[in-house]
Amino acid sequence: MSISIKETSHSPEQLKTMLYDMMVIRSFEETVEKLFQQGRIHGTMHLCIGQEATAVGACVPLTNEDKITSTHRGHGHSLAKGTKVKGMMAELLGKETGYCKGKGGSMHIADLDVGNLGANGIVAAGLPLATGAALTSKMKNLGYVVVSFFGDGATNEGAFHEAINLASVWDLPVVFFCENNLYGMSGSIKEMTNIANIADRGAAYGIPSETIDGNNVLEVAEATERAVARAREGKGPTLIEAHTYRWRGHSRSDARKYRTRVEEKEWRQMRDPIASFKEQLVAENILMEEEYEALDKKVQAEMDEAVKFAENSKEPSLDTLMNDIFA
Amino acid sequence: MREVTYLEAIREAMSQEMRKDDNVFIMGEDIGIYGGAFGLTNGMIEEFGPERVRNTPISEAAISGCAVGAAMTGMRPILEIQFSDFIMIAMDNIVNQAAKTRYMYGGKAQVPIVIRLPGGSGAGFAAQHSQSLEAWMTHVPGLKVVQPSNAYDAKGLMKAAIKDNNPVLFYEHKLLYNTKGEVPEEDYEIPLGQADIKKEGSDITIVATAIMVNKALEAAVELEKEGISVEVIDPRTLVPLDTATILESVKKTSRVLVVYEAVKRSGYGAEIVSMIAESDVFDYLDAPIRRLGGLATPIPYNPVLEKAAVPQVDDIVQECKKLMNK
Repeated sequence: MSISIKETSHSPEQLKTMLYDMMVIRSFEETVEKLFQQGRIHGTMHLCIGQEATAVGACVPLTNEDKITSTHRGHGHSLAKGTKVKGMMAELLGKETGYCKGKGGSMHIADLDVGNLGANGIVAAGLPLATGAALTSKMKNLGYVVVSFFGDGATNEGAFHEAINLASVWDLPVVFFCENNLYGMSGSIKEMTNIANIADRGAAYGIPSETIDGNNVLEVAEATERAVARAREGKGPTLIEAHTYRWRGHSRSDARKYRTRVEEKEWRQMRDPIASFKEQLVAENILMEEEYEALDKKVQAEMDEAVKFAENSKEPSLDTLMNDIFA
Repeated sequence: MREVTYLEAIREAMSQEMRKDDNVFIMGEDIGIYGGAFGLTNGMIEEFGPERVRNTPISEAAISGCAVGAAMTGMRPILEIQFSDFIMIAMDNIVNQAAKTRYMYGGKAQVPIVIRLPGGSGAGFAAQHSQSLEAWMTHVPGLKVVQPSNAYDAKGLMKAAIKDNNPVLFYEHKLLYNTKGEVPEEDYEIPLGQADIKKEGSDITIVATAIMVNKALEAAVELEKEGISVEVIDPRTLVPLDTATILESVKKTSRVLVVYEAVKRSGYGAEIVSMIAESDVFDYLDAPIRRLGGLATPIPYNPVLEKAAVPQVDDIVQECKKLMNK
């Protein structure tokens, strides 16, 4: 049930924003990957190149008051929710101007001002947290919805099952959004679960669920819109399973022995969420080639500026080592 | 003054805070109509309704994370873990999430949550319902750890815990629930990090926690008959620890016994001993510091064995005599 641009209710401007937001994510990831290879970023990182449509599409129906919880592969979610490139770049470089003042790094970027409750280094930990944020919304009648991103690997954690059950029995306004990129680190979903679709697990907790093409940003946006609308009406959570693929390895140490180059090439060439969406926009005369090139330049300029900002920012002072800890 | 039980004192503290602040609510297993496994929340659902006295599924991994997420977004949840032993199933949310959120987000989020943990042995509940694992929690930066030994302290400490903007683990001893004490009805708070001298004395300082405070006080009466004057100090909170009150006492008595119910090996008492040994007060000591703790065994079911697994009044008396070379 692939959705085409002809069928969508989104305006041309909205469609172009979706494309732009995906381009920002891809460019951010390529930029930090390069910085990492050059030794200008330390530690590790988990890149979401190839998964831009899930992050952007799922955030389309969200307002600034709505919230997300994210994962170790979270740069895309943060950017899609409105967290800014500059502060993220500075955080990855460990600088005091970073979102976490250099103390969190790639796996802990959070920006509560835009409803980004944070990336998480623990698989499936975001789901219970999301139920809590949703409980606040419900108890204080705040009207916001929480989208909880997680990967296929998280669906075998107890926290996944317990959180969905809790959200279901309390009718909490949560959208459980599974980015099924086929591998939890090296573990293929086929080896790690015995069901065809992760979405089937929704039935176990009495909530609606669907499996969608996670590389079609419109399909993602529209499925999430339905789930968000349901949550806002007080009807409780939905489980969305979006099929996607991470082009890079799990992290820097990954030699990708568990999957074939043929498979990778197929996803890159046939199912690139950005290229396919751009082609559709051009084919429908919504976007001109020159416009695309201008967007591309704009993205590049934003990255250059962010890198400069991050590199010119100060290292956190040693005096801050014991700040923000009270026990 | 009126006397109430430790259990009633905790309930009163929570209820008073819930009346004052809409953001305070309690969640846990069987805390609604049932009133909680120990009856501590009896009557609360009738007063506050099911929205604020939230009966949860038996689902520690979810409800602990739910409490953290609610706290991050403006609520002040109190989470009842039915038996402190069940904290194992909630550990990720406490250690990897609640304890670290504020710091790793650069101070931009806070987790004002109180986790209530009925602990300790002596009730015949055997190995998986009787542990004292508070030392595990004290090892994690970001968590405050409270262990009240009487009703008055329980009320005042609970109020301080609810008002704290950081995660607080509140250990309640099951055998203390029905002990009575004078507790004023009005509002009062006991700041976290303030030890209390439960009895003054001149020969030996006993630093005891939770129910061992009561046992130490009983032992002190026995020892008094033999001419040994014991000072009993209750830290009341392990993190933060009031080191000054302990060290002042050691300076005065020159002899120290640390008593706790948890397994002696790697228990929090070891931290107290180290703290004294590393301080300037070390020079005042007239005898090696002694430590009494639980044996390194799971808590057994048989009541005689159960009692033998953790320090009793007579053990404290004997240790004190050894300290005095008597």
